[in-house]
Amino acid sequence: MNTMRLSAVLASMLLVGGILAGCAKKQPPVTARKTAPNFTLKDAEGKEVHLADYRGKVVLLDFWATWCGPCRIEIPWFREMETQKKDKGFAVLGVSMDDDGWKVVKPFIAEMKMNYRVVLGNDQVAKDYGGLDALPTTFIIDREGKIAFVHVGLTSRKDIDEVVDESLRAPGGSGRISLPALLLPSR
Amino acid sequence: MPRKTVLGVFLGVTLLTAQGPDRLMVGQSDKLIGKRNANVQIKIPLTVQKGFHVNSNKPREEYLIPLKLTWTSTGALQAGQIDYPAPSIEKFEFAEMPLSIYSGSFDVVAHFKVASNASAGPGAVSGKLRYQACNDRACFAPKTIDVTLVYQVE
Repeated sequence: MNTMRLSAVLASMLLVGGILAGCAKKQPPVTARKTAPNFTLKDAEGKEVHLADYRGKVVLLDFWATWCGPCRIEIPWFREMETQKKDKGFAVLGVSMDDDGWKVVKPFIAEMKMNYRVVLGNDQVAKDYGGLDALPTTFIIDREGKIAFVHVGLTSRKDIDEVVDESLRAPGGSGRISLPALLLPSR
Repeated sequence: MPRKTVLGVFLGVTLLTAQGPDRLMVGQSDKLIGKRNANVQIKIPLTVQKGFHVNSNKPREEYLIPLKLTWTSTGALQAGQIDYPAPSIEKFEFAEMPLSIYSGSFDVVAHFKVASNASAGPGAVSGKLRYQACNDRACFAPKTIDVTLVYQVE
């Protein structure tokens, strides 16, 4: 449904990111934000989770996998943020992209003491969210269900906190784009 | 006394890969000649795209997916051991401990024994090479690429 829309968003972001390669962030106008594609995925208890149900909250949507080292750095940050900000209308939603499913994800959730909701992703969600070739990929979705921030690769706790706090203060949020891992594979 | 025949085995090895944008590329290996019942080995040259690395065959962290070559069909050859090179040990921001990785170009060496009843003529060995690539900020979905060795028993 929203695939084309998101593709346009990501294409715009890549274009902007390409132009800005080297100065990783940019704040496009709030009006340029696109709606995050809705999805229905199941959590560890088998309950359906609809992204649309989070409308009215600021959502940190984290695409991750058990085999992803950088994801392991971010998860404790997101755990803390869930605890610190959930009463302000904030929620973390983790989407595991593990092909092996719950048999590997459930032990990982326990190991990492993940206190936020985790669902299993699929190919359609990956496609809707731009392919998700690289993980982690983090989206921050504002209270209106629009994409306020995208970051491919390990981000910084400071940046994420800033964007979430701005988004919590104003329905519009910051509208940042940050794609350094995609644009500037280092080492 | 059995007739003495030259049972040379010519292994013209071509490596083919398939699938999307790979961050690990398989090159063309050297040709080699062996004899029936002989032990032969083939170097499989691999190159990791600049700026990336793949986990070694024995990553230090349990959660990382190792580089692994497996054969699905070996024709007139019997599969032997596979030798992976010594890895680099490098520290990345996303891991507390240094990791065991490969980057740049390196060779994996596959050992075979030519079957005692190998017929003259062409044949192929097929396999799968599984790997996981990362840079220092992100990891990419594990991939499996096809590897095919074409040999000629002469």
